[in-house]
Amino acid sequence: MAVKQYKLKIKRFDPERNAHSRWEEFSLSMKPSHRLLDALAKIKDEIDGSLTYRRSCAHGVCGSCAMKINGKNGLACQSLFKDMPEFIVIEPLHGFPVVKDLVVDIKPFLEKNEEILPFLINNTPPPERERKQTPQEQNKILQAITCIMCGSCTSACPSYQRNNSYLGPSALVKAARFIFDSRDSAEEERLDKVTQSNGLWMCHSIYNCVEVCPKNVDIPAHIIKLKQLAVKRKILKQK
Amino acid sequence: MTYNFDTIIIGSGLAGLRAAIEASKQGSVAVLTKLYPTRSHSTAAQGGISGALGNEEPDSPMWHFYDTVKGSDFLGDQDAIEVMCNDAIRTIIELEHLGVPFSRTTEGKIAQRRFGGHTRDFGAAPVQRACFCADRTGHVILFALFEQSQTQGVKFFPEFHVLDIPIIDGKCMGVIAMEIQTGDIHVFNAKTTLVASGGYGRVFKTTSNAIASTGDCLSILFNAGVPLEDMEFFQFHPTGLYGLGILVTEGARGEGGVLINGKGERFMEKYAPTIKDLAPRDMVSRSIMTEIKEGRGVDGKDYVHLDLRGIGRKTIEERLPEIASFCRIYIGIDPVEAPIPVLPTAHYAMGGIPTDVNGRVLHNEKGTAVEGLFAAGECACVSVHGANRLGCNSLLDTVVFGRRAGMEINLANKNIKTGRIHSEVVEKVLKKLKQLLEKTEGTQRAGELRDKLQTLMMNHCSVFRNKDDLNRIPNQLDKIKEQLKDVNIKDKGKKFNTELLEVIELRHLVNLAEAISSSALNRTESRGAHSREDFPGRNDTEWMKHTFALKKDSNIEFRYKPVTVTKFQPEDRKY
Ligand SMILES: Cc1cc2nc3c(=O)[nH]c(=O)nc-3n(C[C@H](O)[C@H](O)[C@H](O)COP(=O)(O)OP(=O)(O)OC[C@H]3O[C@@H](n4cnc5c(N)ncnc54)[C@H](O)[C@@H]3O)c2cc1C
Ligand code: SF4
Ligand code: FES
Repeated sequence: MAVKQYKLKIKRFDPERNAHSRWEEFSLSMKPSHRLLDALAKIKDEIDGSLTYRRSCAHGVCGSCAMKINGKNGLACQSLFKDMPEFIVIEPLHGFPVVKDLVVDIKPFLEKNEEILPFLINNTPPPERERKQTPQEQNKILQAITCIMCGSCTSACPSYQRNNSYLGPSALVKAARFIFDSRDSAEEERLDKVTQSNGLWMCHSIYNCVEVCPKNVDIPAHIIKLKQLAVKRKILKQK
Repeated sequence: MTYNFDTIIIGSGLAGLRAAIEASKQGSVAVLTKLYPTRSHSTAAQGGISGALGNEEPDSPMWHFYDTVKGSDFLGDQDAIEVMCNDAIRTIIELEHLGVPFSRTTEGKIAQRRFGGHTRDFGAAPVQRACFCADRTGHVILFALFEQSQTQGVKFFPEFHVLDIPIIDGKCMGVIAMEIQTGDIHVFNAKTTLVASGGYGRVFKTTSNAIASTGDCLSILFNAGVPLEDMEFFQFHPTGLYGLGILVTEGARGEGGVLINGKGERFMEKYAPTIKDLAPRDMVSRSIMTEIKEGRGVDGKDYVHLDLRGIGRKTIEERLPEIASFCRIYIGIDPVEAPIPVLPTAHYAMGGIPTDVNGRVLHNEKGTAVEGLFAAGECACVSVHGANRLGCNSLLDTVVFGRRAGMEINLANKNIKTGRIHSEVVEKVLKKLKQLLEKTEGTQRAGELRDKLQTLMMNHCSVFRNKDDLNRIPNQLDKIKEQLKDVNIKDKGKKFNTELLEVIELRHLVNLAEAISSSALNRTESRGAHSREDFPGRNDTEWMKHTFALKKDSNIEFRYKPVTVTKFQPEDRKY
């Protein structure tokens, strides 16, 4: 297929050389089937080896390469040139400290997960065989388990940007993943966590998250279900 | 900084994490990984993990054992294979208890599907043995193991790149690693060190492996005098997306997908009349390449079609959603409506660091172990996969032998002193880094050299091999090695210097390419994934033995270890 010329405008930052970020433009010819990640690799290999970004799987399953592409968070390895304009602006994810070029510090993002007890808890002694779970029961978590922790949603969330103590959409999806797992028995503890002041109620249904999720997780639907559950529990408790 | 731990684990894929869960029951454990833990390439595993649960139809560990031996083209060690297959059911149930959301049958049991080379009654017909979670099996197991390991106080060092694994007087002392974010070098002294660093598919141009799958630790150990076993056996998965190498799981054929050539024929009926499209991967890959070579590629081109249209939308959306999405995103095809263009892609390393069934790394073909050093997962060669791995047996291997290594480590930690990495060793590592960084001139570009290497190996050492092709490799590798010395790294910074790390990774790849290609030249027979056009046919009289490649100065020497045969004598491999 025919190659085409593209201009990539990339936000660069190297704390060892300059305390401030700067913009740099690169002209490249790419095929429609090429990924944006291929273009970054091309720049790194052929023009400027110091261009820094994360990557590993190159096909949208590891969550390494999330960045802001033309104003919208997404995966560089899942963005194809056939779907892009000739002028492409690339920035690191907002809301997290920038380490270098397109690499951000994701520790604050990952630490949010730790707050919601991100592991299956089941206090009954394990049976000899599998714990049964019907396909219907499993349906409730099928979307949540696909999250690859890329950080796109939390970074795009205005509530998180305003106040980064907020757990953020990704951690709430993780909470839903366990709360709605029929095999998990820690619903109460987890609901306690997600209904704290930095939890569920900081979500104002702005829906930026769902627009950017590369795995098409319906994040708001999960948050709404959590909110419903929390309200139900509160009413029950009051009674 | 200097750290002291009972156990250092390199790698946070399935093997490393399962070992960490075991070892942290008794000792202090640090997991070092050059990625974030859940970004390890285990996350890419799609199709399933094997175990004779018999949830869908009768099955038995003995059949699994037989299939694995036959799949390995009789090169797998049968004592080890028996251990693995007998432990499979327990392993999968344990994973389920740890939280893995396996796909279910209508009664809520773990669902199972067909996979290549897995049969009932010793080859009579395909059997449903693969446990899966749609086509995200690796992802969900990786998350469950990571999540559970956090509850056990395992200390994670994410984005720490291992640069050296010093072995002094036959004992492994621990690890020297770079913290990628700061560029600082850290020393980890340990009683025991487990290498679980995964595969090295990036030796080849077209691969299903991650960019990070560069085999650094195998190369480090090879340079330190540890032999590498059976490196000539590299599996090419039959169905990589054409032009990209992204994997389409064998589960797609397990669910009923078929391979079609340019004339619209189901050509696998010809090559494997009994189990057809579900023949083992080495056979299917060869069949595809033969069809193409004989002019029966699609539109006369170098690919064939994988046709899923007969499966129906519902099954595709429920059981193969990821690959449906890959097809839509990357090649603009909806597999519900159109066949998928595919070509074999470099996928899995059968060879690796030689170990016994408890993960202890062997220093030689006689079975002497390196004190304090363990290996598990794709980087290791137990050998359960022999000359060709069956689908779903790798995830099983990582978890079974990861756990066993963890148990053995717990025993070893009682009798071993913590290693001490002396400053001279660290100095050496620092000096090498400095040399790389301080070089200010040089005309070669690492990217170009990587491409040369990968193309060389793809053209001369992939599905079919022959003496002439293989003989072309050493000179070219020498050239690449020379040119690598002339690479000037532009990024002189300390922080997150991925340009520097990519050069280091490339050196490792070249080192492994030498081991692979020289082992391939050395084995003058065709067995499993190693197919020599000039030596067609298996030669059991001379080659029922494992290759141990050993680096001596700059040469590679070969030693051999006999295959352990217990129950199944070598037979003709027909499917
Ligand atoms: C696309 C794909 C699909 C697959 N599907 C299946 C399947 O369905 N069933 C099946 O059984 N098998 C499958 N396989 C094979 C299987 O997934 C792998 O063999 C297995 O996951 C390897 O696990 P591991 O723990 O050994 O290594 P990995 O998961 O690759 O982990 C390696 C770890 O080592 C770390 N590491 C490497 N080098 C260094 C270094 N220098 N310093 C620090 N850390 C380092 C990495 O960061 C990573 O954490 C598939 C493979 C691929 C590529
Ligand atoms: S929910 Fe989607 S956007 Fe958010 S972290 Fe997970 S995969 Fe990324
Ligand atoms: S590189 Fe893995 S998601 Fe992009």
